[in-house]
Amino acid sequence: MRTLDSLIVESPVFSNLDQEQLELIAGCASNTVFRAGERLFREGDPADTFFLVRHGLVALDAYVPNRGQLTLDALGPGEIVGWSWLVPPYRWQFTGRAVELVRAIQFDGACLRGKCDDDTKLGYMLLTRFSALLVDRLQATRLQLMDVYGDDR
Amino acid sequence: MATTAEPVELARGAMTPLPYRVVRKRRENHDNWTLELEPVGAALDPIGPGQFTMLYAFGVGEVPISSSGDPAEPRRLVHTIRAVGAVTKALCALRPGDVLGARGPFGNRWPLEVAERRDLVLVGGGVGLPPLRPVLYHALAHRGTVGELVLLYGGRTPADLLFTRELARWRGRLDLHVDVTVDAARSDWRGRVGVVTKLIPGARFEPDEAVAFVVGPEVMMRFTARALLDRGVTPERIWVSMERTMRCGVGLCGHCQLGPTLICRDGPVYRWDEIEPLLEVHEL
Repeated sequence: MRTLDSLIVESPVFSNLDQEQLELIAGCASNTVFRAGERLFREGDPADTFFLVRHGLVALDAYVPNRGQLTLDALGPGEIVGWSWLVPPYRWQFTGRAVELVRAIQFDGACLRGKCDDDTKLGYMLLTRFSALLVDRLQATRLQLMDVYGDDR
Repeated sequence: MATTAEPVELARGAMTPLPYRVVRKRRENHDNWTLELEPVGAALDPIGPGQFTMLYAFGVGEVPISSSGDPAEPRRLVHTIRAVGAVTKALCALRPGDVLGARGPFGNRWPLEVAERRDLVLVGGGVGLPPLRPVLYHALAHRGTVGELVLLYGGRTPADLLFTRELARWRGRLDLHVDVTVDAARSDWRGRVGVVTKLIPGARFEPDEAVAFVVGPEVMMRFTARALLDRGVTPERIWVSMERTMRCGVGLCGHCQLGPTLICRDGPVYRWDEIEPLLEVHEL
């Protein structure tokens, strides 16, 4: 059986870390499974976790009155779900739903924040990696906003 | 970007449409139809993957439409058309038995030979999938000639996706990796949501060994090329199919000019490192 640190190192967010840092992060991680349709987290709830998807698809949903539940993004194997644990007020902005059976590594964000406070080098490194992730998501969202397949392109 | 022949030579006879009859019509989604056409008399030369035909709705006008058919059946023209303007709406309103005019084939072909013995990555956005379908048919019919075969397809919503039955069939194949995403969906959609570029980092191909053919709106192709380059695909192995207003099809009228190139004559298929500098010039 593979150890958690050997699994998380495959994510670009955690790649090229030294073993000590990996073990620190893995100390805040655990394996988890969600059945299809099950919620990983709910909009407005405290955000004290995030996930690295190993298998399956996680939809990020928002409820829009008169339009119902809309899916804004869907994240698959190798992708990180959740950054609300990183910045105040630490609340989920959307609802995470397992589209199909999801196997993931769940990280305790509060635990990791504490370790980052104690080890600023680790904190800086994680913030840098998550910033890159945020930029990628922002760029993708901007492209989505362009509605390039619409009639007015 | 080499030119092919003298424009006047190309134009000789190429401006006269030949009558083709609609033999089959299939509704692909709410605003796209696929027409299968057979010649009433004389036939056009066989159309290759990437090439286009000028289709004439009598009394309304002409539009360039890429081939979406199987290159192994060259006599029958297959075109998937989005009903968006007067001419395309008239074409999509035709029924089996009706006749239209066809000129062509025009433009160059996808360079299938550069994909031989390499991984082939097809990236289609919106109505960019039809021009890639002939490539996919060809690659599946000659499956041993390419390594990994990957189709990445992005649409606006699930209702806008094309060839959904074929996509389902292709997804079931073990020798083809298909991934589909939409920009927006309701929660009953069970697939990916997000732009098509997001599919590239996780797609199953070796960047060093990959050739990519990309079709879609220009901005989508730009971001897709960047994502492919980030993954490690070299610019000379990325090919795109360009779209501009094409009128004559033979390089005479200049409507489809993009800087020094005429897309109907020199394209529509271009190597990324050749066309990319022109896309950065906003005035073109």
